[in-house]
Amino acid sequence: MVVKPDSASFPPPNAQPHASWETRGFWEGAGRGELVLQWCTECSAVQHKPRGLCVDCLSDEGLVHFVASGEGTVHSFTVTEQNQAKGFVDVCPYIMAYIRLAEGPRILSAITECDPDSVAIGSSVRAAFVAQERTDEEAFAVPVFHLC
Amino acid sequence: MVQNGFPQNVAIAGVYEHPSRFSPNKTEFQIMAESAKGALDDAGLTRNDVDGLFGASMSMGLMGIVDLAEYLDLYPDYLDGTNIGGSSFVAHVSHAAAAINAGLCNVALVLYGSTAASNSMAIGTGGSGGSKNPDVAFSTPYGMTTVGSYAMYAKLHMETFGTTSEQLAEIAVTMRKHAALNPLAKMRTPISIDDVLSSRMISRPLHLLDCCIISDGGGAIVVTSAERARDLRKTPVSILGSSEAVQHQGTGYNDLLTIAAKQSGEVAFGQAGVSREDIDLAMIYDSFTITVLATLENLGFCEPGEGGDFVSNAGIALGSKLPVNPDGGGMSSNHPGMRGIFLVIEAVKQLRNECEARQVSGAEIALAHGTGGTIGDKHSGATLILGIDR
Ligand SMILES: [Zn+2]
Repeated sequence: MVVKPDSASFPPPNAQPHASWETRGFWEGAGRGELVLQWCTECSAVQHKPRGLCVDCLSDEGLVHFVASGEGTVHSFTVTEQNQAKGFVDVCPYIMAYIRLAEGPRILSAITECDPDSVAIGSSVRAAFVAQERTDEEAFAVPVFHLC
Repeated sequence: MVQNGFPQNVAIAGVYEHPSRFSPNKTEFQIMAESAKGALDDAGLTRNDVDGLFGASMSMGLMGIVDLAEYLDLYPDYLDGTNIGGSSFVAHVSHAAAAINAGLCNVALVLYGSTAASNSMAIGTGGSGGSKNPDVAFSTPYGMTTVGSYAMYAKLHMETFGTTSEQLAEIAVTMRKHAALNPLAKMRTPISIDDVLSSRMISRPLHLLDCCIISDGGGAIVVTSAERARDLRKTPVSILGSSEAVQHQGTGYNDLLTIAAKQSGEVAFGQAGVSREDIDLAMIYDSFTITVLATLENLGFCEPGEGGDFVSNAGIALGSKLPVNPDGGGMSSNHPGMRGIFLVIEAVKQLRNECEARQVSGAEIALAHGTGGTIGDKHSGATLILGIDR
């Protein structure tokens, strides 16, 4: 499910992802409410961030996108209380985190809609998707995570 | 001194640390040029001797090294504008040694200059505001900052090994204690562990006083052949070992706690043929307190997880087994955006016994390790082991 943010939500509206043809699958997937990763049918590697080929075996033909479970655990996190950048000034404190996904790779993301003191390394989390007001026509959303 | 594996025919002949900490009326290149004069004077050489030019800065872009050559009106035979972040200048010394050893140049000048403070740059705590770059789109929406990435490293270290905020604070306290002995240092008023812990939280668990300061400044290093250096003004400082490395997120599986210093340190120690116990002082890039702790562990001065105990009870202060950053480091002396050049300059001055109140007595072997970029995200590391024969 993709949620529309209210004005106080995270990420701030000016921090929008932009895609190259290599990364488009990830952001369009998020726009459909799916966490999309890449899997190589030649060497079985699962990689993140997305690339135009599998960098484990340098095959481009074997690389496919797949919809991950969206489940993971908190690998590490920080509660940022000061960020002077436009947009982020207004959303401090916020929780930035590395999530270890059930499928293997680690992904940088944020944990939203919870008390920062309730987050711990090892906490189980599930992906959620935030649609932003965009100035272009892209149907992207931003994956964040919620505590289970 | 036992030496093997690294060409022994290259030495550092001159160094200069620009005394300025705030220079609103100077440009980056001007600070570099003033520093060049200082280091060439130190060596007893002139600008006409320079045939290799090495440099990087916060604003030098594509062809920046050519811009620098024009500013200085130099026509070197060898150019290297490698920019791998704050560690660049440690790597430049290594690259210069290789070029000199290969006969591609004979007198290499390494330069840095910055007006980070007078430009009011928010180096560590600003970030992720709406970049159009698809490569950074995976961090842009999440408010990634330099300090935030280091904070995630610190949090994981604490969770894994029981490292405490008090132990990290001890590093900041030691740097300030050293700075009090350095007349050029920007911050010289002593601080306590409580001062660090009660300073404003920036990105948990890192407080304001866990972070380096922001200053202006610059410096220069002259590298030449050992043969040439022997006849110059100052006692030559030999390059015993050097290496560089990167660490990053790879495809999402790398151990977050392993940093580039592990790889570059192992190679540099192997080349130098010295052990950790042989190092008389270490110049460690201290962008944040956790940077020092992570680097000490990854260079093998202690086991992973033992860094907290290692730095406690003045464990890295002057007078300890391994004094770290006697100049006060980036936390208290100066941090003009990229600090690597000062690691080498102070190491050379210490080996030449020129550091007065902050001198490590009898220092013969020094290590300098620069970190560029962001630990916890992607970064470079460059290690240099230097020695002097008395
Ligand atoms: Zn593959």
